[in-house]
Amino acid sequence: MREITLSQAVNEALAEEMRRDETVFIIGEDVAEAGTPFKVLSGLVEEFGTERVVDTPIAEPGFMGLAVGAAMTGTRPVVDLMFGDFIYLIMDQLCNQAAKTHYMSGGKMSAPLVLRTNMGATRRSAAQHSQSLHALVAHIPGLKVAMPSSAYEAKGLMKTAIRDNNPVVIFEDKLMYNDKAPVPEEEFLIPFGEANVKREGRDITLIATSSMVQVCEAAAEILAKEGIDAEVIDPRTIVPLDEETLIASAKKTSRVIVVDEGHQSYGITGEIAGRINEKAFYHLDAPVLRMGAMDVPVPFSPALEDITVPTPETVAENARKLMSGEMIHAA
Amino acid sequence: MVKTKTNTEDYLRMYRQMVRIRTFEDNANQLYLSAKMPGLTHMYSGEEAVAVGICEALKVTDKITSTHRGHGHCVAKGAEFKEMFCELLGKEEGYCRGKGGSMHIADQSNGNLGANAIVGGSMGIATGSAFTAKLLGKDDVTVCFFGDGATAQGLMYEVMNMAALWKLPVIYACENNGYSEYTKTEEIAAGSITARAEAFGIEAHQVDGQDVLAVNELTQDLVARARKGEGPFFMELMTYRYHGHHVGDINREYYRSKEEEQDWKENRDPIIKFRSWLVEQGIATEDDIEAMNAEVKKDAEEAVAYAEAAPYPDETEVDMHVFTDIKHALA
Ligand SMILES: Cc1ncc(C[n+]2csc(CCOP(=O)(O)OP(=O)(O)O)c2C)c(N)n1
Ligand SMILES: [Mg+2]
Repeated sequence: MREITLSQAVNEALAEEMRRDETVFIIGEDVAEAGTPFKVLSGLVEEFGTERVVDTPIAEPGFMGLAVGAAMTGTRPVVDLMFGDFIYLIMDQLCNQAAKTHYMSGGKMSAPLVLRTNMGATRRSAAQHSQSLHALVAHIPGLKVAMPSSAYEAKGLMKTAIRDNNPVVIFEDKLMYNDKAPVPEEEFLIPFGEANVKREGRDITLIATSSMVQVCEAAAEILAKEGIDAEVIDPRTIVPLDEETLIASAKKTSRVIVVDEGHQSYGITGEIAGRINEKAFYHLDAPVLRMGAMDVPVPFSPALEDITVPTPETVAENARKLMSGEMIHAA
Repeated sequence: MVKTKTNTEDYLRMYRQMVRIRTFEDNANQLYLSAKMPGLTHMYSGEEAVAVGICEALKVTDKITSTHRGHGHCVAKGAEFKEMFCELLGKEEGYCRGKGGSMHIADQSNGNLGANAIVGGSMGIATGSAFTAKLLGKDDVTVCFFGDGATAQGLMYEVMNMAALWKLPVIYACENNGYSEYTKTEEIAAGSITARAEAFGIEAHQVDGQDVLAVNELTQDLVARARKGEGPFFMELMTYRYHGHHVGDINREYYRSKEEEQDWKENRDPIIKFRSWLVEQGIATEDDIEAMNAEVKKDAEEAVAYAEAAPYPDETEVDMHVFTDIKHALA
């Protein structure tokens, strides 16, 4: 199968959906000629024109609000938020307006929009350009949240997001834009709420989102050499969450680590661990472990930044501890 | 250029400060190009007369808020090369102990409340600083630096309204360099920028940002009046950035021509302009100036070498400074 980058995959998904449905448009800063700072959208303005690939002033709450209104009245905006960190600026429009429109109108109105943004540290971009804030929006009922872990997921999830009638937020890892993966040329969609078992294993389950899937696959390789057989599962969407697959794996292996790049406290890892605790408690041989980003603002200095996120080594280290029973005594 | 001061020292210091900024940036750019600097940075080269003209009209106790393009403001407000380069390289002796980096450099000792990686993110902070001065009966003035692109942020209009209502000693200094990222200002700013301030009853001026004496003269007047409670004020400084939006923005002909860049560099350079004025007026000889340039160059080279050899912060610093009264947040 041909291989394309995550960035090309997003670009293809958008182009295909824009060809299929003329109500789809892109709006954001430097999305047209510049094709975004990460060059993800290059070429789209040439095909679809500046009416459907719309450059805005640096006015995030403004264009987010505009997109909500446009979505409520018959279009399908794809909002481009240059950095995930800017989500704080648009929270009202996203969470008070878009997320609640359908509910508050008793099901009469809806806001079918996609918010495309990014996440991920270790790019030396410091505290305001490195955050992984998906937990903030996953907390809000009415928003769906997708976290592609490779070019394949990026394409399939984006196409599903655009066709979804709800507001969907997609977090792409900004360090993965140039990573290649096999992506079929034929059209395909990835349904929301279907986890992907990336690697089967008997001894321990590693549940991972976004770039942490790679990290856990590498950890699984390390563990395999030591005779520990790890299963790696990518939920792909955290809202909706494919609980069934996660619970079944927890029951099978009896040990689970949840790995995610959001801050560890009050994050996705705690949510998933909580659900496993509720539904697989009697099958567990060890407490479910959370591994998130350290609970500190992302530091600029490489010497500090690198130790704030989970790595294959730290995941493997924790897996060993769970296997040896160390954690049970600690708990 | 019009002679505004009688003190030769002041003129020479202004010149020296402009050269210090240019030299700092040349070195920072070199650090990036030789892959010695982590992440990206935004060069202030070309805009020196703005920061220097303004900061030379301020006292150490006066405050400024800065932007992502903040090295110029930092130098002009009195910062030292060593601590700045250390910060850019993520070293322990940096102004922010390596935690902030280029986009968050701050120098509290000289009243620089910090660069900001959120466009327009400092407008509230600057206005709040002016509020403090009024509340505590200090005669401090705060200057809020921001770009033309930032005028699209709603926050600006919220705080200008309050500043005008409450006559706060703040000067909003819009550095109009013609571009916000990869887009021309005229494509993203409707109407006139100064008129927006005037709508709140704020006295607004447009000034040639390449003429350090013009900038300085206007600022002196506004600062004196702001101290007397006649603020707020608004300045639009017409200027130009020589480099790309950030150091990695090398191929930029799709959004601005080489001829345009050439024209500004050759015909409107603030340093060349001021230098010939100094010689014309008999304030300095060509030799004096060359000697000053050489001295600054040497200072910068020494500071770079120092910063390169300086240690990174210890890993234990990663969870320090999360809270003021807790040494290690995660201990
Ligand atoms: C809220 C926010 N939106 C977008 C960005 C990305 N960004 C960084 S600088 C910039 C352009 C700023 O233009 P301007 O204010 O004119 O300053 P200049 O870079 O020209 O000095 C943009 C869009 C950001 N950092 N923060
Ligand atoms: Mg600008």
